[in-house]
Amino acid sequence: MSDNPYQDTRGNKDASIAKQGARGTSEGGDREGRATPAPSGPFLIGENMTGGYGKGPDILHGCTIAVEKGEIAVIVGPNGAGKSTAMKAVFGMLNLRGGSVRLDGEDITALSPQDRVVKGMGFVPQNNNIFTSLTVEENLEMGAFIRRDDFRDTMTQIYDLFPILKEKRFQAAGELSGGQRQQVAVGRALMTQPKVLMLDEPTAGVSPIVMDELFDRIIEVARTGIPILMVEQNARQALEIADHGYVLVQGSNGHTGTGKELLANPEVRASFLGG
Amino acid sequence: MDFLNGLVAFLNFVFVPGLAYGAQLAIGALGVTLIYGILRFSNFAHGDTMAFGTMVTIAFTYLFQNLGLSLGPLPTALLALPFGIAGTALLLLGTDRLIYKFYRQQKAAPVILVIVSMGVMFVMNGIVRFLIGTEDRSFLDGERFIISARAFKEMTGLQEGLAIRTSQGLTVLTAVVVVALLFWFLNKTRTGKSMRAFSDNEDLALLSGINPERVVMVTWLIVACLATIAGVLYGLDKSFKPFTYFQLLLPIFASAIVGGLGNPLGAIAGGFVIAFSEVTITYAWKKVLGYWLPESLAPDSLVQLMSTDYKFAVSFAILIIVLLFRPTGLFKGQSV
Repeated sequence: MSDNPYQDTRGNKDASIAKQGARGTSEGGDREGRATPAPSGPFLIGENMTGGYGKGPDILHGCTIAVEKGEIAVIVGPNGAGKSTAMKAVFGMLNLRGGSVRLDGEDITALSPQDRVVKGMGFVPQNNNIFTSLTVEENLEMGAFIRRDDFRDTMTQIYDLFPILKEKRFQAAGELSGGQRQQVAVGRALMTQPKVLMLDEPTAGVSPIVMDELFDRIIEVARTGIPILMVEQNARQALEIADHGYVLVQGSNGHTGTGKELLANPEVRASFLGG
Repeated sequence: MDFLNGLVAFLNFVFVPGLAYGAQLAIGALGVTLIYGILRFSNFAHGDTMAFGTMVTIAFTYLFQNLGLSLGPLPTALLALPFGIAGTALLLLGTDRLIYKFYRQQKAAPVILVIVSMGVMFVMNGIVRFLIGTEDRSFLDGERFIISARAFKEMTGLQEGLAIRTSQGLTVLTAVVVVALLFWFLNKTRTGKSMRAFSDNEDLALLSGINPERVVMVTWLIVACLATIAGVLYGLDKSFKPFTYFQLLLPIFASAIVGGLGNPLGAIAGGFVIAFSEVTITYAWKKVLGYWLPESLAPDSLVQLMSTDYKFAVSFAILIIVLLFRPTGLFKGQSV
């Protein structure tokens, strides 16, 4: 996995001495930098990002992703293009070797992920995006962890947006169906009242009907004025709702343009949209 | 009458000691299970952490006794307990700063941390023996019994007496309070929920703005409380000897694993399972059976399945049986 000898499990699979399963893989949790003013530019931008996981090879090569206020930006691309990695890089979950991340007129490259949450970023990762052993309501409460004010209003709003969650709020989130889990995940990220929402494949592994519903909800969230940066497998459907689209190829920008432009681009159509 | 006598003998020699021992194991196992759930490794230094906490408590107990402070019928150790907890908390936070933090930053595999904790165990063990010595010492004062055997016999007119020692009553009472507080903390408070969230999914906890270092610190503080309380209760009930505490590691781990590592409820259940198994298997049943069985069947031998020297074999056997047939423990091993 890596060259670090401390991370070598030496083949140990004994759960009676060491807990197996989802360990934190995020880097940068102990980053202690501060944000510096950097006016101008889009609302959120990861510019010229270069980097990879740990001491491994670079996955991103000068990749740039941005989203403006009130817009939906979509990242598409083939498997292994670095879409999720780009999202993690924007959120500070891996250490960049080059480039910068700016949010709302501030350079936040040196901030840890938890500090970026405080700055108003909300992120729904692709996998393990809910606390399975906590109830739905506790999941939402954890989403609001950084808030010291009364967040009951926000919770009501989220229950209005996702009525099924209200029904199941005392149930463990791990017992829900795939679509419901995604709703919990999005709801959790919305609890901070983020200034920008980042979604990594929100429709992965759900049925087409649920997918349509999720897209509707995402558009509904965007209408409230929250800019959304989204990675999506269903490129066509995603580009249709996108104000901005990015096609990543091998960790760098392949094509950039509005959703409609990309849909009309013959090269993009041929390689990613199946003609 | 014979049945009642038998019952009282059973309560006196099996149930009450088992209950107290079970409560001590349960509090110990809770500490182990919390570290496993949140920091993701089995802390082999737990027994010696208990010894350290007890040692500090004993030091303050002696100090208070010299100053003439006491709690009347209750042991002075209760007064010294908060100081013991504070001392242990400092030790654990210091250890974390000096040792575990490095491995966390390296994102070390949990199995490495297990071995690290073993090193910590030897060091703590050495510190305790160096400071307080290796011999047995008793630090129980105040009223010895809630009900003494003689008083019970006079009260009821039975042949058998039921003695309940202050330390036993205190143990069970404290265990109930500690467990209730811990569950309230984990399930109702913001910090407690954030600890469960961190245990469930570290990355997502980070994305929710939960500070991992804070979760780790609070965990160590709670573990310091649990370890010191367990150690002091055990020391009051029996006696304090560093080596015994080191050996306690086995029944404590057996309890945590039998109940399902990472599950606080399991740790408590496991504590009582192990304690009662140990006591029932090593108890000589001749007396109780003599009352309960008809005279023709009354046993001649001691009816002791195993000598008390083998009590660790009992926890070990249960541990192996559970790992073979129900590796996740009696309760499904889930996050804290």
